[in-house]
Parts: sequence; C-alpha cells; structure tokens
Amino acid sequence: MAFTISFHKSSVLTSTVKILKRSLNTTRVLANKQMTVRDALNSAMDDEMERDERVFILGEEVAMYDGAYKVSRGLYKKYGEKRVIDTPITEIGFAGIAVGAAMAGLRPICEFMTFNFSLQAIDHVINSAAKTFYMSAGMVNVPIVFRGPNGAAAGVAAQHSQCFGAWYSQCPGLKVISPYSSEDARGLLKAAIRDPDPVVFLENELLYGNQYPITDEVLDKDFVLPIGKAKIERKGDHITFVAHSKGVELALDAAKELSSVGIETEVINLRSLRPLDINTIIQSVVRTNHIISIEQGWPYAGIGSEIAAQIMESEAFYHLDAPVIRVTGADVPMPYTKSLEIAALPQINNIVDAAKKLLGV
Amino acid sequence: MNGFSILRKHSFKNVLPLYESRFFSSTPAEATFETKPFKLHKLENGPSPTVTLSSEDAIKYYKQMQTIRRMETAAGNLYKEKIVRGFCHLYSGQEACAVGMKAMFRDTDSIITAYRAHGWTYLMGVDPFNVLSELTGHKSGSSRGKGGSMHMYAKNFYGGNGIVGAQVPLGTGIALAAKYSGTGGVCFTLYGDGAANQGQVFEAFNIAKLLDIPCVYVCENNGYGMGTSSSRASASVAYYTRGDYIPGIWVDGMDILAVREAARFAIDYCSSGKGPLVLETETYRYSGHSMSDPGTSYRTRDEVQEVRQTRDPITSFKEKIIGANLVNIDELTKIDSEIKAQIDDAVKRAKADTEIPLSELAGDVYSKPLETTIRGVSPFQSLEHMNIGPAVNLR
Ligand SMILES: Cc1ncc(C[n+]2csc(CCOP(=O)(O)OP(=O)(O)O)c2C)c(N)n1
Ligand SMILES: [Mg+2]
Repeated sequence: MAFTISFHKSSVLTSTVKILKRSLNTTRVLANKQMTVRDALNSAMDDEMERDERVFILGEEVAMYDGAYKVSRGLYKKYGEKRVIDTPITEIGFAGIAVGAAMAGLRPICEFMTFNFSLQAIDHVINSAAKTFYMSAGMVNVPIVFRGPNGAAAGVAAQHSQCFGAWYSQCPGLKVISPYSSEDARGLLKAAIRDPDPVVFLENELLYGNQYPITDEVLDKDFVLPIGKAKIERKGDHITFVAHSKGVELALDAAKELSSVGIETEVINLRSLRPLDINTIIQSVVRTNHIISIEQGWPYAGIGSEIAAQIMESEAFYHLDAPVIRVTGADVPMPYTKSLEIAALPQINNIVDAAKKLLGV
Repeated sequence: MNGFSILRKHSFKNVLPLYESRFFSSTPAEATFETKPFKLHKLENGPSPTVTLSSEDAIKYYKQMQTIRRMETAAGNLYKEKIVRGFCHLYSGQEACAVGMKAMFRDTDSIITAYRAHGWTYLMGVDPFNVLSELTGHKSGSSRGKGGSMHMYAKNFYGGNGIVGAQVPLGTGIALAAKYSGTGGVCFTLYGDGAANQGQVFEAFNIAKLLDIPCVYVCENNGYGMGTSSSRASASVAYYTRGDYIPGIWVDGMDILAVREAARFAIDYCSSGKGPLVLETETYRYSGHSMSDPGTSYRTRDEVQEVRQTRDPITSFKEKIIGANLVNIDELTKIDSEIKAQIDDAVKRAKADTEIPLSELAGDVYSKPLETTIRGVSPFQSLEHMNIGPAVNLR
C-alpha cells in the first residue's frame, strides 16, 4: 500500500487555543536500587493485604503453587488460605464470586493466569463489575482488581498472545492500567487495590523478570501513583512516542537509536489506558509536532486509534506537521512460527523507520 | 520420561494374565484378559471386563503407544534444546487412553481434545515427522508451523484447543453435526480433571442430554490440573458421575484394553440414539504440566516413580502380551528399535526443515477474504492475504 499522505511541514492551523504549561511528570531516578516487576507487584499486594484486612487474592494456582508466574509468591504462606485462595480453572465462576464479594464490601484481587482466560469471564468484568455502580445509581461500587499477564508472550501462538488493552478500555466504568516498569507496577497496583472502582490491571509476562531502578520513595508503604497520569520517560523535541507496557521498552530502544542520528524523541509511558492522559500527549505534540503510537495489540480500533482520534479532536491537531502514525501488532492472529511471530509484532526498526518517514529524513 | 530404560529393568515374573490360547501354537492368535472392574453410573450394564486381544492388535497398540512415548520424549528434548518454544504439554503416561479409544474409531467418528495433543495428532494419521515439525515451527508441520504444540488438526480431529474446557462444547457441536447429517458418527470430546470444573462443560452436558447428542465425554483424569491435585479443585472427584443425568463409566486409563472396551461400549451406546455418555479414564502424566514445570513441587518424585513402576501403560501391556505369548520379546525389541530409528529420523528432519515464508503471515485469516490487503505493523507495511489451506467448509 502506498502511503499517500504527504508529510510537508504544514503551514496551516497554528493553534489559538492555549496549552497550559505544566511541569513534566518525570520521576527523579536515584538509581541505587533495582527491583523486578514481579517483586514490585508482589510487594504491592503484600503491602495492601497488610494494610487492609478486606484485601484478598483469588485465582488459579495463586496459593500453594505461588502463582503460575510466581507473582503471588509467599503470600499464601504469610496470609493463609482465607486470604489467598486457589480456585479451580473456572474463570467465570471465580470472577463472578470476586465481583460479588466486592459488591459486599471486600477488596478482591482476582488473578487471571493470563488475560487470555479473562475472555471466559468477560461478562462479569463488563456486565457485573463495570456497570453496577451506574445501574444502581451510585449505590453499589465495586472495588475489585482484575490482574494478570496480558499481551504476547513468546511462542505460545494465537490463543495465548493477545492484548486486551483496547478491549477493556472501551468499557465505561472500568479503569484500565498497563504498567511498564517496577515503579509503575508497584505504585499503580497499590493504587488499583485502594481504588473504589473496578480496575483491570494488565501486566506483561515478558517484563516480570526485568529489573528497573527504584527509589526509596517507591518502596515506601504509602507510595501510590495516580491512576490516569502518564509518565514522560524521556524528553525530546523532535517527535513523540506514546506507548504502554512492553511498547514503552520498544519506544525507548527506538528513541536511543534515533538519538544517534540526531533525532530527539519524547517517550510517553501511558501507564493508564483509561483514563487516558491525553493532556500529557497534547502538550508533547505541541512541542514536537509529530507523534507515533506504539502498542503490541492489533491496530483495528486499538489504543493508538483512540489516541489518534483524541488528538484529532483536540487542539494538538493544529500542531501536527504530519499524520499520527500507529505502530502496532500486525492485523493477524499470532502465529507460532518464530520468524512470523517477530513480523507480527512491532520491532525497533519498524518504529525507527516510521519516525524517519514521519520526519522526512 | 524414559520408559525404555524402565522396560529393561522391569521383571516380568509378577504378571499373571488371565489368558487362554485358542491355538496350541507358541504364539496364539488371540488371548483373553481381565480388566479392572468398570465403575458404572446410571447404567445397568457396562463394558465387558473380559477382553479378547489378537496378536495383530497387540502389536499395533504396542507400536502406537511406544511411538507416542518416543515422540514425546523427543519433543521434550527439543524443548530443552530450545528448538520447541512456548508451551509443550507431553502425553507420556497417558498413551493407553488415546490408543485404546482410537482402536475403536470408525471413519465417521471424530475427536477433539485440549492442548495435550501430539499423540492424538499422530493417531489421527499425521506422521511423527509432521507432528515434530509443527513443534519446531517448520513448514512440514501439520499446521505449517503456525499452530505449534497446542494447535494441531487432521481429518476428523478438531484440535488442539488451548483454552481449558473450550473444546467440550465444541465437541458437542461436532457430535450435533454428526447427528444432524446422519453420519452415524460420534465425537469423543476429551478434557482434563481440571477442565472438568469449567461451567461450559455442564452447559454442554445439559444440551447434549436434552438433544440426545452422540457425544462421548472423556475426562482424562491424570490427577492434576497444573499444580493443583484433582481433589483440591473438584468437590467430587468421581468424574464419571459428574454428568449427573448422563450415564458414566470409570475406566482404568492405564490399561489400553479397558479403554478400548469402554470406547466400544460408548460408540455403541451413543450411536444407537441413547444420547451422550461420560467416560473417566484414570491415568497419570509423568512430566510436568508443560515443559517449563518441573512437576515436582506439588507431588513427590516417589509418586511419579511408583506409577512408572507399577502402572505404566506400556510396560504393563508389554508384560501382558508377552505373558500371553501374543508376541515374543524379540519382536518387541525389534519394534522398539524401528520406532527409535523412525523418531530419530523424524527429529532430524523436523530440525532441518525450514519455516514458511514471511508472506504467509497474512495467510488464511479468512477463507473468503473481503479485503485482500492486511495491515502489517505500521501503515508503511502491508501484507497480501493468501489462501493456502483447503478450507474444508468453504462449499
Ligand atoms: C480457560 C483457561 N484457564 C486457564 C488455562 C491455563 N491452563 C492450561 S492447562 C491448565 C490445567 C488443566 O488441567 P487439566 O484439565 O487437568 O488437564 P491436563 O493438563 O492435566 O491434561 C491450566 C490451568 C487455560 N489454558 N485456559
Ligand atoms: Mg489433569
């Protein structure tokens, strides 16, 4: 397909709408300590279980097996079978039970072994958890966290490799989080558990073992991050990359490569998919005039599509020198074949190429 | 995993098959054995515990079980070599279930199972080389390498489903289609002890009973889900009774002859218009749940070893058929080495085989694509849809 939109520096439409200058949301990195994403999630649950007796975990293999991906390691030992509950492989059953318990005042953390299996339970996520507060005219809120690994893992083929970011973000009543680093994971999971509304918390199996620098502030038992706020991971003036989860890693790697040819990229880690921190995106675009969204999920009605649409509807549109570009997973189910799997997912070079095209270099 | 060394170590003297030779030759044409008693749920009569086996069939079943065992051992090794990626669920220990059922299949019967599908793929007519090529992700794989370990298909074999329990309604639908089209066939719908708790299993049961759908539900109870023993996940572990209003049979799933008799009974029962039936085959998996699970944190090594030594489906069958003079040990040794050579060769070829071209990334998304251009990872990359597979329902 020939790409026919021209990328000339547009003479049109300099915005008249004022953009509020905000201080950029960058966390200072005192990179003395490291923590894996797995430990960040584990410690977040541990903190919150200690803090609030109503918090409990349920899911497949979460207790005696310590979690299929060892995210709940040690919690069964510490909190016992009342608060860390192994369920049978019956997603719609235990998700519904979790939602009911939340309706009646508990604070369940409902683990899906992977989010692929949340499809078995999606009715309770959408119809029971997301809508009850509205349907009850604000009477019954549902404080629950649905969490587990989301998105493509490696070599597990079509049924086990998909991103549900766009799926769940489409639904009003849900808050949807997709963390990247350990700081994200810890601060946002704690916030999610404390939040009075249903939160879908999308982790990534391939990030669990990654270590990221972490500050003392992050380790504090009262550390939480605001849901709905993006983080600028890297500052730059030439182009903006906006990504979530594993996509942030790709964006940062691509930014590094572009930097070596003199292109400075701003990388926004969305952290939260709903609410979407469109203001941070707009403010970045106003400076860089170029934006690429990066996600591993499918393009069709994806997170990038939503970002593009919201940009079109905002004054950032007038600051664009080129169309918004989405770099996404290919529009096919995930193949097992290794070379095809690579081709089905966005790679650093795809992002670098798209950026160069966009900037006309 | 290595059943062969156990075979060699094992002594045969404790085997007392109840056989009678029909001919007074050194290798009788057939022999009779007694299976463990079947347990029945809502049935007056069950399969016969007295089983007759011909020497021809003895060799056939032995070959099939041994081929699966060898193939799975090879698959496990390929996984350890990082040539097989992702999940790799081995069937070692459960061979008698598949071989026993398959023994009774008619051309009209179908099967659907979960992700523990390598053995079934082979039994349904796919050469071990094509099974192993699927595992290595290569083009000679039964799904051209696109499906991997969990997603293999063949004629009358509908996969290979990675979603626990999802195959149960699907199998019921396949059986519905058989009834609807009047083929006379039944569908064997397999699921694990873990899957047995999924709600959709009971939804399918109910509809199957209401509509007299010729579905044989087979719960392969290998004692564990992933790391959870059956009794920790199931309020009742009498899986053969869990169809409630659907009759059921408990079968010793380590005895291929018991499974075969149960399958014979089930086919007869379901295809005579009586509706569905539940079989529980009690069996055991030797390896971890998938290759990444060492399989030792929730059970003891002794437990695994004990099953291998006392209940192994291949060893026990071998002892039976040798004890009954249906075959002699030299024949079996020869078969073993033939299978070893066949699998070794298949491994070599599966490794050397190559992947499908990148262009097939956009292959077979639709059987009748309405858009021929498919978006790649960016708007600068587009793919052409291709149709490659036979699309058996395209008519
Ligand atoms: C809906 C769903 N939930 C969870 C999983 C993850 N999972 C895969 S296999 C398995 C255990 C299944 O055990 P069982 O049904 O006994 O079959 P076995 O593996 O013993 O053959 C689990 C939990 C899945 N694939 N699908
Ligand atoms: Mg099982």
